Amino acid sequence: MKYHPFGIVGDLNDKSQSIYEEMKQRGYSRRDFMKFAATMAAFIGLESSGIAQVARAMETKQRPPVIWMHFQECTCCSESFIRSSHPIVADILLDNISLNYTETLQAASGYQAEKSLHDTIKNSFGEYILLIEGSVPMANPGYCMIGGKSAEEILNEVAEGAKAIIAWGSCASNGCVQSAKPNPTKATPIHKIIKNKRIVRVPGCPPIGEVMAGVIVHLLTFERLPELDNQGRPKTFYSRRVHDTCYRRPNYDAGLFVESWDDEGARRGFCLYKMGCRGPVTYNACGITKWNNGTSFPIQSGHGCIGCSEANFWDSGPLYKHMSSFPGFGIESNADKVGLYAAGAATAGIVAHAIATNIRKNKILDSNVQNARDVESEDLDIQ
Amino acid sequence: MKDQKTDMISSAARSKMNFRTMQRIYVFQIPTRAFHWINVLCVTSLSITGYLIADPPAILHSTEAYTLNWFGFNRYIHFVSGWVFTVNWAFRIIWGFFLGNRWEKWKNFIPTTKARWKEIKNVLLQDILLAENKQHVSIGHNALAGFTYFLLTSIIILLIFTGFGLYIGISDGWVVALLGWPSSWFGNEMFVRFLHHLLMWVILLFAMIHIYLVFFHDSVEGRGEISSIISGWKFIEEKIWRNYIGKGK
Ligand code: HEM
Ligand code: HEM
Ligand code: SF4
Ligand code: SF4
Repeated sequence: MKYHPFGIVGDLNDKSQSIYEEMKQRGYSRRDFMKFAATMAAFIGLESSGIAQVARAMETKQRPPVIWMHFQECTCCSESFIRSSHPIVADILLDNISLNYTETLQAASGYQAEKSLHDTIKNSFGEYILLIEGSVPMANPGYCMIGGKSAEEILNEVAEGAKAIIAWGSCASNGCVQSAKPNPTKATPIHKIIKNKRIVRVPGCPPIGEVMAGVIVHLLTFERLPELDNQGRPKTFYSRRVHDTCYRRPNYDAGLFVESWDDEGARRGFCLYKMGCRGPVTYNACGITKWNNGTSFPIQSGHGCIGCSEANFWDSGPLYKHMSSFPGFGIESNADKVGLYAAGAATAGIVAHAIATNIRKNKILDSNVQNARDVESEDLDIQ
Repeated sequence: MKDQKTDMISSAARSKMNFRTMQRIYVFQIPTRAFHWINVLCVTSLSITGYLIADPPAILHSTEAYTLNWFGFNRYIHFVSGWVFTVNWAFRIIWGFFLGNRWEKWKNFIPTTKARWKEIKNVLLQDILLAENKQHVSIGHNALAGFTYFLLTSIIILLIFTGFGLYIGISDGWVVALLGWPSSWFGNEMFVRFLHHLLMWVILLFAMIHIYLVFFHDSVEGRGEISSIISGWKFIEEKIWRNYIGKGK
């Protein structure tokens, strides 16, 4: 176990061990191991034959070296990960991370820490998995600077030799809250800096622990990235909207909506759409995997989804209204209000125009009237 | 006596007036007119159902959700109308490229010549300052109308893209994927939704002004503007028509 002020560098000296061997040492039984393999296979959406694949991979393959970097973040991704339902995830997959976490904060600083990171990069160049939590501040190289290197330089250096790069959470995937307008630190997600490698993006604030574990297990088992969508998100977890897996959905289709937090509809569990629920525009696995060992998820506890796994969710407010406010017209404005004013102005314009036309009618219609044949007056003319 | 009388009329009239003889010209063929009215129906239905999607009325029901599906049905109508709307516009766009007559072709919508820019200026003066337009020589749409239909078409395409961008979460179809993927550039479906909603207002504003202006031009010019989109025929001053043919166009 080695430390770096930005994070934890996985154990490299102990290369011979597979995950199964480590588990045995820690006193897990074969039965625990198989249960774990089955759980993970289910999470990543394999058929039952996939359980054997997962188990074999963890029996035979060495645990790859892992570097977990922290930039501008709140550490909720780490928190979520180490609390994922299966203790083995935290215990074994990333070795000692959970145990040494507090030590990380107090860890050696200065030269030693730098050297440790450097050694990892050098000794397992092209082999380590890089996990990144947090966005990179680009406004000023002084922000997050360590050992005289800006966050961007550190990232570029670490990313170069990485076998796979995973951006944990909305910070690393989309910039998250710190990149909300006006984004004072110019918080930038990883894929906008590292352009020559495919970045796996696992958004969410935080992402679900089981989803994080699932992505890593997939990487270990198949030694390649899981299938990704066009935003780089693993399809297994991010191809469906929260809305499509929400147990309140029948109320949505029935048009039964909560109108205020304390009404009869709220008590009866109606749909939270009109309270600003972002489920219809949010791709995440909350409705299926749920949170805290499958206990519940926000909508189940009566609060709408805030769309935490979507880019710019922080600027798509107000969070408790269905419609976004209209940029430049204040918080309470939305497309309908602006549209109604515009329609009102148009109506006024049309009415004014019609009145003006009628007042000037004779002049405007002059040529038409003059050039047209008005039989009645012609007849009068003759008589 | 009778002959004398007619002579008298015409000579009397002629001395006082300069008759404007109109030429009847078939400008909008059936497919274009069908497109127009199908479009009007779709826009109406999409705007009503779309508005309800954004802001459904409050109802409290004493039974459970499974007994009702009105909101689902409303969305269903929106999607069906959305498909008809899309196919209808796709048809009109293709018609304008390859099949339509000279007044239905896209060339007629985009002001590429100086003469058309001049006409735009004149129509603007006519519409805004209520000036008399002596140089309104177009036979199909006037140059300004044509240009706004072209701009409208761009808005419609964006509306269709954002609509399918929201639909993509619901369907696996390849047409949906094709029309929906441009919206992924926005990065966030909340914004796609906002844009889709906002564009509805742009269309509604266009419709208000459009309907008013066709009435205005109809009454001011006396060329049968409104009936042209129903019957296909417009009435053009013979002078303009002769000039048009004379140029060999
Ligand atoms: C004149 C054309 C259209 C108008 C005026 C219109 C209007 C609207 C409006 C106002 C909304 C509600 C947005 C919100 O929640 O703020 C909406 C939603 C939607 N529209 Fe349209 N729309 C049009 C065309 C289309 C087309 C061509 C499609 C594609 C099939 C489409 C698909 C959708 C979808 C999928 C939704 C979201 C429905 C949901 O999540 O339940 N729309 N539309
Ligand atoms: C009852 C309402 C409407 C009436 C009476 C009406 C009437 C007309 C008329 C008379 C024309 C021919 C104008 C010209 O020569 O420049 C026309 C063309 C057109 N109108 Fe409308 N309109 C109505 C509603 C709408 C709506 C709601 C839309 C779209 C949102 C629309 C879109 C168009 C377009 C795109 C054209 C060009 C047609 C083509 O060349 O294919 N109209 N309309
Ligand atoms: S509560 Fe939210 S996610 Fe669930 S059905 Fe309603 S809008 Fe969709
Ligand atoms: S329900 Fe929505 S806001 Fe809540 S955790 Fe899931 S994606 Fe994030």
